[in-house]
Amino acid sequence: MSNIKERAALIDKAAKQMGKDAYKNNTNKSRIRRADFKKESPKMATLEEAIRNTGLKDGMTISFHHHFRGGDKVVNMVVDKLAEMGLKNLHLAASSLQDVHAPLIEHIKNGVITEISTSGLRGELATEISHGLMEKPVVFRSHGGRGSAIRNGELHIDVAFIGVSSSDPLGNSCGFSRSENAKSICGSLGYALPDAQNADHVVVLTDDLVDYPNTPCSISEHLVDYVVVCDSVGDSSKIASGAIRDTKNPRDILLAKQAAKVVINSGYFNDGFSIQTGSGGASLAVVKYIRESMLEKGIKASFALGGITAHMVKLHEEGLIDRLIDVQSFDRAAAESIKNDPNHREVSAIGYASADEPGSATHFLDIVILSALEVDVNFNVNVLVGSDGIIRGAIGGHPDTAADSGISIVVCPLLRGRIPCVVDEVTTLITPGSTVDVVVTEYGIAVNPNRPEIAERLREAGLNLVSMTDLKNRAQKMIGTPDPLPFGDKVVGIVMNRDGSVMDVIKNIVG
Amino acid sequence: MMFVPGNNPGMMQDAFIYGPDSIMLDLEDSVTMAEKDAARLLVHNALKSIDYGGTEMVVRINPLNTPYGKKDVEAVVKAGVNVIRMPKTETADEVRELEAEIEKVERELGCLGRTAIMAAIESTLGVINAYAIATASKRMMGIALGAEDYSANLKTQRSPEGMELLMARQTIVVAARAAGIDCFDTVYSNLNDMETFRKEVELIKQLGFDGKSIINPRQIEVVNEVFTPKQKEIDKSLAIVAAIKDAEKRGSGVIAVNGKMVDRPVVLRAQRTIDLAIASGVLKKEDIL
Amino acid sequence: MELKEAAAGTLESGDILVQIAPAESKGLQIDLQSSVAYQFGRQIKQLVKETLEGLDIHDANVKVTDKGALDCTIRARVTAAAVRATGKDVWA
Repeated sequence: MSNIKERAALIDKAAKQMGKDAYKNNTNKSRIRRADFKKESPKMATLEEAIRNTGLKDGMTISFHHHFRGGDKVVNMVVDKLAEMGLKNLHLAASSLQDVHAPLIEHIKNGVITEISTSGLRGELATEISHGLMEKPVVFRSHGGRGSAIRNGELHIDVAFIGVSSSDPLGNSCGFSRSENAKSICGSLGYALPDAQNADHVVVLTDDLVDYPNTPCSISEHLVDYVVVCDSVGDSSKIASGAIRDTKNPRDILLAKQAAKVVINSGYFNDGFSIQTGSGGASLAVVKYIRESMLEKGIKASFALGGITAHMVKLHEEGLIDRLIDVQSFDRAAAESIKNDPNHREVSAIGYASADEPGSATHFLDIVILSALEVDVNFNVNVLVGSDGIIRGAIGGHPDTAADSGISIVVCPLLRGRIPCVVDEVTTLITPGSTVDVVVTEYGIAVNPNRPEIAERLREAGLNLVSMTDLKNRAQKMIGTPDPLPFGDKVVGIVMNRDGSVMDVIKNIVG
Repeated sequence: MMFVPGNNPGMMQDAFIYGPDSIMLDLEDSVTMAEKDAARLLVHNALKSIDYGGTEMVVRINPLNTPYGKKDVEAVVKAGVNVIRMPKTETADEVRELEAEIEKVERELGCLGRTAIMAAIESTLGVINAYAIATASKRMMGIALGAEDYSANLKTQRSPEGMELLMARQTIVVAARAAGIDCFDTVYSNLNDMETFRKEVELIKQLGFDGKSIINPRQIEVVNEVFTPKQKEIDKSLAIVAAIKDAEKRGSGVIAVNGKMVDRPVVLRAQRTIDLAIASGVLKKEDIL
Repeated sequence: MELKEAAAGTLESGDILVQIAPAESKGLQIDLQSSVAYQFGRQIKQLVKETLEGLDIHDANVKVTDKGALDCTIRARVTAAAVRATGKDVWA
């Protein structure tokens, strides 16, 4: 015979040996209805409470993502609140900043924000910073570089403010919503994941609080400290609409056709290949022409990477692309697909493009099609600073994908109005020429001399190859030689390479 | 031949990157009366300074009986245009009048005979006089159909099948062939209906036209696809031309390819196919023995 | 030379709008707005000046709004504005 009463002495003894208490029958079951339970948690707070509870202090680092792009409302809302609460000298570490963030100019002037790191800057904020608005230079990193810097502690985040499309009261959150109240949809939350995983404190902001459990989710409750409900985190209409829009611009179509010919004849267009393209008119159109060739030759892709568009979703649904690896959803169709399709998955910026992560997807990428503001005769690319010396772009994943892919193809017009895109030396060095393999312009295709095997294949396919110097001379003949830009002596921006070294600096522009 | 409005500098500066065989800068219908002077200056300066990479440059001038025509001739001849396209040509005399205007300017410049003439036939009278127009001057390089005005003149509208244009098209091809010059078909303006456009291009190729007028770069690909000889056709033509060369070497005038007798018209057609294939870039000169 | 107010060109991309008015003081007053002012402003002004002087216009107020026009376009638009302002054509 052995019953629990008889074993009591032995239980006490075992507990003592383990340094524990013996169980007392004192469990109190909650009588609250579970349906009500799902709607609240101690993590729920107002924005001000959340900020106060994180212990955010002057001089600390706050972070944001840019998945809502031009429609983002989180950065301005949070920084307004921080200013109201009297915080100063903050370091704003965003995955990127847009035109919509012009109100930061005032917060910089008032000393609320004294340091910025980002992938890009646009609009009025960019113009002001280019003219020397800030004392400390802005630090620019690629998406993969930012991921590495956050993980290795070089970019330490005290509080991450993450706008999400839906969250439950515990913080299980996504860039989409399964509820009827879905308001602001952004799809992948890839750029926010390094922040969520590494920041000391994580505040998620949502305009669609749903019942527990909001799973499967992008950001798991165990990473989240506070959940803030607000009116709107972003305007999803600023992410392109769901419909596929084919460019009608004849120049874009010409560039796309030429780029597609390069892809198809590059030697990398084989069954099981992988591809990444940008979201510009020409890049989207490339996908259309590659699709025709895939159907014709019976070739399928293993994955498409990066910013995912409706075009890629269509190819995936047709069975031409096996997996979509999505760090940023470029349109409504992509955001819907990531919600519904198990083979369309989100990837964090680290898993996407970090140089020191052997498993990052860029390492397995065959073909990338990129754009550029400028390319120089040595194939160096600038995607950040305009030819007028004003910051007007973003590094994005440009140097990451160029460095890791089998073949990198840069598509850009020879001229934009009277601005030359092929130049002697880029205004700012972002992607080193050693990683750029082919440049496609409407006036001809140039292949990097260190890739003679690609040049040979393209020549055999009957494509007309030119040298970068030919292209540069052609541009110069059309527009003349520009006067040198009026740069000052102040450094307003520092460009980090993806390995953490300093690649270039941006000087202020005068006048 | 791609039409480009003569008062649009953005479109004029890079028209040739789309690879048309010729570019026609327009001073006539696409330019309003108030802008005739400005467009003329724009076309003049563009022809003088833009490198069109060897593309044949055509300018459509205003009729000589308007206040603009003669100034147009002066401006474009001075800028070194390859071809002047005369709109609404109805008689051989009009061609000779244009020739006299061109000669006046060329004489002043010292470049007599530099400028060729293309006449657009856009009326029933023009169609009746097609051969006389085609042979009116040694500068005549081609005649072209302008179907919008012609259809109006016929008192009908254009249809997708183009039955109403059949006689005009055939008359123009016959006149051009008899005169030994080129002939070009009219524009098709519905950019969104590429299927009907393709059918029209196939039709006019079959009728014997040398080319098609287009209004947008997107139409170039279709024209090239239709006009580019197919590989089978090229191979056959190469075999015929090789056989005739071989026969000539042996001093014989009669040849057979694949057991079939080949006579002179077949050889000429084979040569034309090869020329077209080279012109459209599907055949390289060095590939021909 | 006697001038009246005149303009030529458009504000479309790749074009330039040139507005000429009688001079308020001696010489050519050229007011330039351009998206490429840093790189090409000096050269555009020089080209406007040369073109006008070539047409014997030495006193005028000239307002130039540039949308990335090439030199040949600038020359054509300035000439067109000048011809309209003076009523004297460049063709015979």
